[in-house]
Amino acid sequence: MIGGFPPRSVVRVVTPALLADVVAQLSAAVEPEGLLPARQQMALSLGWHIVLACFGVAFPAMILVMHLRGIRRDDPVALELAKRWAKTSAVLFAIGAVSGTVLSFEMGLLWPGLMGTYGDVLGLPFAFEGLSFFVEAIFLGIYLYGWGRMPPKRHVLMLVPMAIAGVVGTFCVLAVNAWMNAPAGFRLVDGEVTDVDPWAAMFNDQVWLQFAHMWVAAYMVVGFSIAGVYAVGMLRGRRDEHHRLGFVVPFAFATVAALAQPFVGHLLGAGLDERQPAKLASFELAETAESPSPLRIGGVYVDGEVKGAIDIPVLGSVFAMNSFDEPVPGLDEIPEDDRPPVNLTHWAFQSMVGIGTLLAGSVALFWFLRWRGRDLLEKRWFLRFVAVSGPLAVVALESGWIATEVGRQPWIVYGYMRTTEAAGDYSGLWWLLGSTVVVYAAMTAGAVVVLRSMARRWRAGESDLPSPYAPETVGERS
Amino acid sequence: MSVEVAVAAALIVGVVAYAVLGGADFGSGFFDLTAGSGRRGAELRTLVDHSIGPVWEANHVWLIYVLVIWWTAFPETFAAAMTTLVLPLLLALLGIVLRGASFAFRKYSATLGQARLFGVTFAASSILTPFFLGTVAGALASGRVPADGTGDRWSSWLNPTSLFGGVIAVGTCAFLAGVFLAADAARSGQGRLAEDLRLRALAVGVVTGAVVFAALGPIMDDAPTLSDGLTGRAAPLVVLSAVAGVATLWLLWTRRYAWARLPAAVAVAAVVSGWGVGQYPWLLVDEVTIAEGAGAPATLQALLVAVGLAVVVVLPPLAYLLRLTQSEEWSRH
Repeated sequence: MIGGFPPRSVVRVVTPALLADVVAQLSAAVEPEGLLPARQQMALSLGWHIVLACFGVAFPAMILVMHLRGIRRDDPVALELAKRWAKTSAVLFAIGAVSGTVLSFEMGLLWPGLMGTYGDVLGLPFAFEGLSFFVEAIFLGIYLYGWGRMPPKRHVLMLVPMAIAGVVGTFCVLAVNAWMNAPAGFRLVDGEVTDVDPWAAMFNDQVWLQFAHMWVAAYMVVGFSIAGVYAVGMLRGRRDEHHRLGFVVPFAFATVAALAQPFVGHLLGAGLDERQPAKLASFELAETAESPSPLRIGGVYVDGEVKGAIDIPVLGSVFAMNSFDEPVPGLDEIPEDDRPPVNLTHWAFQSMVGIGTLLAGSVALFWFLRWRGRDLLEKRWFLRFVAVSGPLAVVALESGWIATEVGRQPWIVYGYMRTTEAAGDYSGLWWLLGSTVVVYAAMTAGAVVVLRSMARRWRAGESDLPSPYAPETVGERS
Repeated sequence: MSVEVAVAAALIVGVVAYAVLGGADFGSGFFDLTAGSGRRGAELRTLVDHSIGPVWEANHVWLIYVLVIWWTAFPETFAAAMTTLVLPLLLALLGIVLRGASFAFRKYSATLGQARLFGVTFAASSILTPFFLGTVAGALASGRVPADGTGDRWSSWLNPTSLFGGVIAVGTCAFLAGVFLAADAARSGQGRLAEDLRLRALAVGVVTGAVVFAALGPIMDDAPTLSDGLTGRAAPLVVLSAVAGVATLWLLWTRRYAWARLPAAVAVAAVVSGWGVGQYPWLLVDEVTIAEGAGAPATLQALLVAVGLAVVVVLPPLAYLLRLTQSEEWSRH
């Protein structure tokens, strides 16, 4: 949640003039050596972890619904699905646990300035997050190994603490992030942090809505991803109860989440013009305050001017300001030093909103037509759409995160500490970043290989997945 | 007890729990790595899988607990240690990532080739991680982290106390794991495997004991403040650790595996808490005391609330999980 992303140069159309401009900007910048690689490092490791964190948050609830159905209706298809999802979650949670640990280390390794100064202000939610991680890990162990070893009715209940811990954990992590956006619970007197109140820091003004936004996003990512897996199966002609049920349960979760998300997001944005005008101006690509402001789709901001955008009159004021004439704050009112990378923030925000709207519209269409007696699952184009909806939801998630994090720049603690002050003074961080890319690529490849091989063996009728080095298996082979 | 000392005590309790519970998980990598070819090692690797599978993630969270308490309660010393000890910490982190991921991947590998690759990664990183964490402990204990975090990036952890600390950590983890695995094997009726583990755990125990003995002189010279503490205030804990270690060896020798687990855990817990007591009142030895390094009082009090909550919310289910894994039903493969 810390740090940021590449400078805006990355998303611009690269022309020689722009390139020269970028080089000039970079060479002029007086930044600690460790800043840029540290931000990239944080972006990579957090961007990777956040997807797995979603599974940790939302998957237990879906497994719970499936497992309960299996027990209540004595439904072997549902039970088998729950069992397979549990094994899948074992792989995903393991890499989620270790990639989360990476973040714990990076808090101190990459941002000693932040942790040294504000560790005792922002740390408390992390302590509670640690507790929820504990609870989740303990009950995960019990649940995974409890199949066939515990009374079924008690066994299924082990998912309940996992699901609750996921919600609490999300709240705690988002409490820290919300605090970075809306710092509370301390005073800065002559550069010294005093009057620390960790509870006020934890329950800052933004925590509830940021939490809600992320929590709902987790259900979108996981719901669409899992539903997509079964949509692919249906595309390949597997139209049995197993695929129908495997699609419907996560899709139902995703539906509720996708329909709620635009409202939650809108509520979260309320008042942004006062809290973080630079972020809002970047979201809306408002080079100057106009009354009423247009909704500006696409476009880039170069040398104080917007180019290539499609303007829809008045809608900018309506969406951002809840008004027909109130202007969105303009970038020209904000000193250049206090502006975030405008184009990246704008494009990330609009990607999130665009994809979110598309997903909400498609689930609404699906259920509306179903109500009218037409089943879109018969349509290959719809199945193809669901198959990519998981990755789309991930893109929306990452974009939303980039929008809020990069949009907060140049601040790490909004209004109090700049990201430059938080970074360490290391050399060699590019090597670290390179190694991290290699390790994460290998971990991703390992997970893909293993998960695909599990699916293949399940389709071939192996339900227990014996380990290849079990004595009997090795004995057979040799 | 002042509130900052109470939080420091909660911190060292987390380190002890991680050393005992997480340490046993890491140590199983040693036996996994030395289990032999696919066929010969199959039984032992399956046992490792079964023994640490349900618990490793929960045991791993103790590390998160330690980090979080440290940075929240003593933020400046955390930043200083992280900055000075960036190299061993990153190497330990690499081991943690590779260990966890490849352990999960191995279990669901489709082929023996894949399982070998993930297995070697799991086992090797299980040995490297405690080594680097041991060097970090040695660096902290020998006062190599200055308050402003500008310690030497190499000599801070490449020194006698750190290197012995690393080797002793690896040996201790392996010894713990050997005892626990032997007990698991015996309980699930794998007598031959238990016997094999018994001999290897005895060997590991004797070698580790010898290393500790050999390390005494160099550590005394290298870390005078710690030595004063270990021979003074913490002396009873050091003696307890030695006695418990010998008792473990004797119980292993006489094949009382289930009983051997208790003194094995006590030996590790005693030596780690001995370190904590030995360097009291220093947080960063010779640089920052617990009182000096403490963050805001309100935060320390809030952390004690979190710790109290952990006792109520985390410990009962953790005990339930550990009891389940030691039960008859769960010992069947």
